[in-house]
Amino acid sequence: MESTVLRTEDFNAFYGDHQVLKKINIKIPRNRIIAIMGPSGCGKTTFIRCMNRIHELTPDAHTGGKIFLDNENINDISPILLRRRVGMVFQRPNPFPTMSIYDNVIAGYKLNGIKLKREERDAIVEEALKGASLWEEVKDTLYNKGTFLSGGQQQRLCISRAIAMKPEVLLLDEPTSALDPISSSKIEDLIYELKEKYTIIIVTHNMQQAARISDKTAFFYLGELKEYGDTKQMFTNPKNEKTQSYITGRFS
Amino acid sequence: MGNNSLGFRKFKDSLFKALVVIFALVTTLPLIFILFYILKQGFSAINWHFLVSLPKPVGESGGGIANALVGTFLIVIVASILAIPVGIGAGIYLSEYKDSRLADWARSGLEVLNGTPSIVLGIMAYLLVVAPVKHFSAFSGSVALAFMMLPVIIRTTEETLKLMPETLKEAALALGTPYYRVILKVILPSGASGIITGIMLSVARIAGETAPLLFTAFGNQFMNYNIFKPTDSLPLLIFNYATSPYDNSHQLAWGASLILVFVILILNIFSKLAVKKWKVQF
Repeated sequence: MESTVLRTEDFNAFYGDHQVLKKINIKIPRNRIIAIMGPSGCGKTTFIRCMNRIHELTPDAHTGGKIFLDNENINDISPILLRRRVGMVFQRPNPFPTMSIYDNVIAGYKLNGIKLKREERDAIVEEALKGASLWEEVKDTLYNKGTFLSGGQQQRLCISRAIAMKPEVLLLDEPTSALDPISSSKIEDLIYELKEKYTIIIVTHNMQQAARISDKTAFFYLGELKEYGDTKQMFTNPKNEKTQSYITGRFS
Repeated sequence: MGNNSLGFRKFKDSLFKALVVIFALVTTLPLIFILFYILKQGFSAINWHFLVSLPKPVGESGGGIANALVGTFLIVIVASILAIPVGIGAGIYLSEYKDSRLADWARSGLEVLNGTPSIVLGIMAYLLVVAPVKHFSAFSGSVALAFMMLPVIIRTTEETLKLMPETLKEAALALGTPYYRVILKVILPSGASGIITGIMLSVARIAGETAPLLFTAFGNQFMNYNIFKPTDSLPLLIFNYATSPYDNSHQLAWGASLILVFVILILNIFSKLAVKKWKVQF
């Protein structure tokens, strides 16, 4: 039996009076890739932003219901500690503009004031960059600014920044939507490799992408979780009418 | 209609263009005129002796402005030490809590402070600092000038930080960084070029101020390194010497003016360079 890393119980999310997520119940198995799919405005991004409690930083935002990380209610975990266990990569690459590639990767430690020996730092940086398949491209220019890299490289830099913290869960918010097809496919390959070590939740607009890389797919529609199941089954034989019409391209 | 009216419209077009070009030129004329005149009058006064010696007693020729140079430097440094932390802090508040009521009040307050005549700020500093201890000091002058620096520093900090993309802050927060470290280690360094520019512009703004120093720093014929004693400054020296009846004093005033104008010019040029040099690319 697969173990569950994240689980929600009747989870609701709001922006002011507007309810964005309605009674979400979902179990995320460990070391799998879960794709979150659905039309614009269906709440997919809000959903993953609730997982690391970034959602609550938006003015007027609040939530109801529960999310458990390893059976611990995330509202009982300090957001600072929670976010070290649940890493996030954003839609647009956002390396720290004042920092070198090296400093960007180690930023999670530096910004948290965690003191490390030089060798430990070097090892973490090398491992994280290798983990994000970026090491070969940047190993000679580690001290250049991260923002001089190409968009795809910047996004992989952001992934290495997230995995350097050795999180349990990695949240990816449409990580390839701002990238060209070649960079996108590199990142997809990378995500596939990363599931060995991490549980990955990826929001995507791109159905082919969901079908290619994910083990399970969740389909959101107007803030509700319409269908959740094995990706293969979902794309070949969807149970929900809405899922079917979305997958067949009848609306988007 | 026809060709005639088209020609007339073209004429109006070029007339309009010519007018705006002339107006643009007119705005640069005062600067050119000032630079030319001060160079002509002041250049001959400036030499090594002028920079390192003290003023001579009234009526004697020669003498220099060393005390005023040191005084201006002291007063500006102390004013910066007072104004920069407060200004940056308030700027952070205004950009982080833009919609709070306190931010609204602070912004209106700053507008008023920005428009307050500098001599009024001098009186304020007199009441706050000079009157209680009953003697003039460089420090009280710095307080008056710090009031003048604040609106510039706060506004540039606020505007710079407001332009920072939200994703930058989220990137840092998503790594589990505490909020205060996000601001200090990520947001502020990314906005450094704008903030440094604001500081330099505020220094350029106060370096030439005379009115706030009249009854605070007061002036001093002798060299003084103690910020709690009366101190001379370039604008005060210019004011005193230009209004005195002696030719030698006029000469010193022209020389001091030239130096002051160049210091301010250089500060402005540096602040332009700072924008380029520390510009952060996202």
